[in-house]
Amino acid sequence: MSSIAVPNARERNVLAGALAFVRRHVLTVYSLLFFAYLLLPIAVVMVFSFNHPTGKFNYTWQGFTWDNWRYWDGVPGIRSAIFLSLEIGLVASLIATALGTMIALALVRYGFRGRATTNILIFLPLSTPEIVLGASLLTLFLNLSFVTFGFWTILIAHIMFCISFAVVTVKARLVGFDRHLEEAAMDLGANEWTTFRKVTLPLTAPAILAALLLCFAISIDDFVVTYFNSGSEVTFPLFVWGAARIGAPPQVNVIGTAIFIVAVTAMLFNVLYQRRREVRA
Amino acid sequence: MSFFHRHRGLTPYLLLGPGIAWLAVFFVVPLGFLAYQSLQSGNFDIGYAFTWSWGNYWHAIRDYHAQFVRSLEYAGLATVLALVISYPVAYWIAFRGGRWKNLLLLFIVAPFFVTYLIRTLAWETILSDNGFVVNTLQSLHVLGPSGRLLATSAAVVTGITYNFLPFMALPLYVSLEQIDGSLIEAAEDLYASKLQAFLRVTLPLSLPGVVAGTLLTFIPAAGDFINAQLLGAPENHMIGNVIQSKFLELTDYPAAASMSFILMGGILVAVAIYARIVGTEQLTGTAA
Repeated sequence: MSSIAVPNARERNVLAGALAFVRRHVLTVYSLLFFAYLLLPIAVVMVFSFNHPTGKFNYTWQGFTWDNWRYWDGVPGIRSAIFLSLEIGLVASLIATALGTMIALALVRYGFRGRATTNILIFLPLSTPEIVLGASLLTLFLNLSFVTFGFWTILIAHIMFCISFAVVTVKARLVGFDRHLEEAAMDLGANEWTTFRKVTLPLTAPAILAALLLCFAISIDDFVVTYFNSGSEVTFPLFVWGAARIGAPPQVNVIGTAIFIVAVTAMLFNVLYQRRREVRA
Repeated sequence: MSFFHRHRGLTPYLLLGPGIAWLAVFFVVPLGFLAYQSLQSGNFDIGYAFTWSWGNYWHAIRDYHAQFVRSLEYAGLATVLALVISYPVAYWIAFRGGRWKNLLLLFIVAPFFVTYLIRTLAWETILSDNGFVVNTLQSLHVLGPSGRLLATSAAVVTGITYNFLPFMALPLYVSLEQIDGSLIEAAEDLYASKLQAFLRVTLPLSLPGVVAGTLLTFIPAAGDFINAQLLGAPENHMIGNVIQSKFLELTDYPAAASMSFILMGGILVAVAIYARIVGTEQLTGTAA
């Protein structure tokens, strides 16, 4: 009967204190666990980039080696795949951002017939599953007998799904933009083109840069739409897909880690730069 | 320049022209071609002919309703999980993040700079048969000695949930961040408990973020086939897997095209139902 321990007053205080601590910090503890969960796969990718697999599967830890980093392009096809991805990412993000910025300017600055339709047309690709985007473009190209699948079909596809992202990014900045600055320039005798070059463009530049980076990131990561429209060309995600079927080599982890480090470093600089500017201001 | 002055009304159309033309030719027109293809009959060797063959749709539903239902189930489950997992964190960053907000957001987005496929392969490693997760669960007798995680529906849902998490977390954060803290203080001054203040003030005000996040997660998740391919067994395959193999391996274009439209229809119906539920909730929320 008396086997149930009755805590004395002191123990009860400690217990209550611990409980209060957990209650006060439960959200913080939970959030830290969340970040651990979020970063766990990334840690796995990084760790296994140093693995020395004995078989063809890079699933279990066998031993440490620098070789995968030293011979990052030691797997046939990986080098050309990376360069193709970079090339397409660069060209697609430049064109999509240019087209998207123009659309954003028109939408924010001008009243015109067909605005609502334009807004819907921008929104639709964002809310269509990728597989449908890829499949419909494939059907178009299949029905046009003069089209050969490869670099150009991939590029066309990437520009298509990047445009909407560019529009949304640039538009967000233009909406919160003080038009008096432009009016002031015009009052001081600048014509429309000069005003655009000297006032509008510099003020929207951060948003245009953000759109460029976003489009580049989306393009370089895209698998589904590319898979449907690539023919025999192989981008980096397609290379990973092909390699995964027979066991992905650790070099895939090396490239994944490298992309991650470059992207996060760039973003970290951006965050720190913004904070310094805020502190100064 | 004088050209622009004389034709000022033309400027917006000149700005829109190239981009809209691109979307028209490479997004709208292809959807038309997909619709056209979905009503054709024939096969790759003898060629396809347009015959208004609505049977493609009927056959797709008859043969693959399991995959359609599974896609909506997995996507729905992953969406709910993502919402439940990321809401507290979005709340924490928005209200307790202070000067670290941007850095914490960076941490949320960071994993997504590792290629989608590599991320999913990492989950394959984590959940693999002799990985530490399976070993731990086996020693705790949660999983039988021959039990596995890979090639189960749990693995597929885990992968989808993880892969679309920022699409949920970021809109949630944005809507929570915009909430005026004095509204919550006012509720507490009026003797609402912390829970009541959350349920009556914070939660309703964050609803736009919940809606945006849910849609941004659910729609791509329902069409996904990568997680089911890499983490699941054939009995976990989703409709995306079927569409993909019909298009690229079996070259049964009409069947694949009709399935794409059924998928879009399914998503549309699910979103419409959801919009109704949320819409009425929002109405009662403002009435209360």
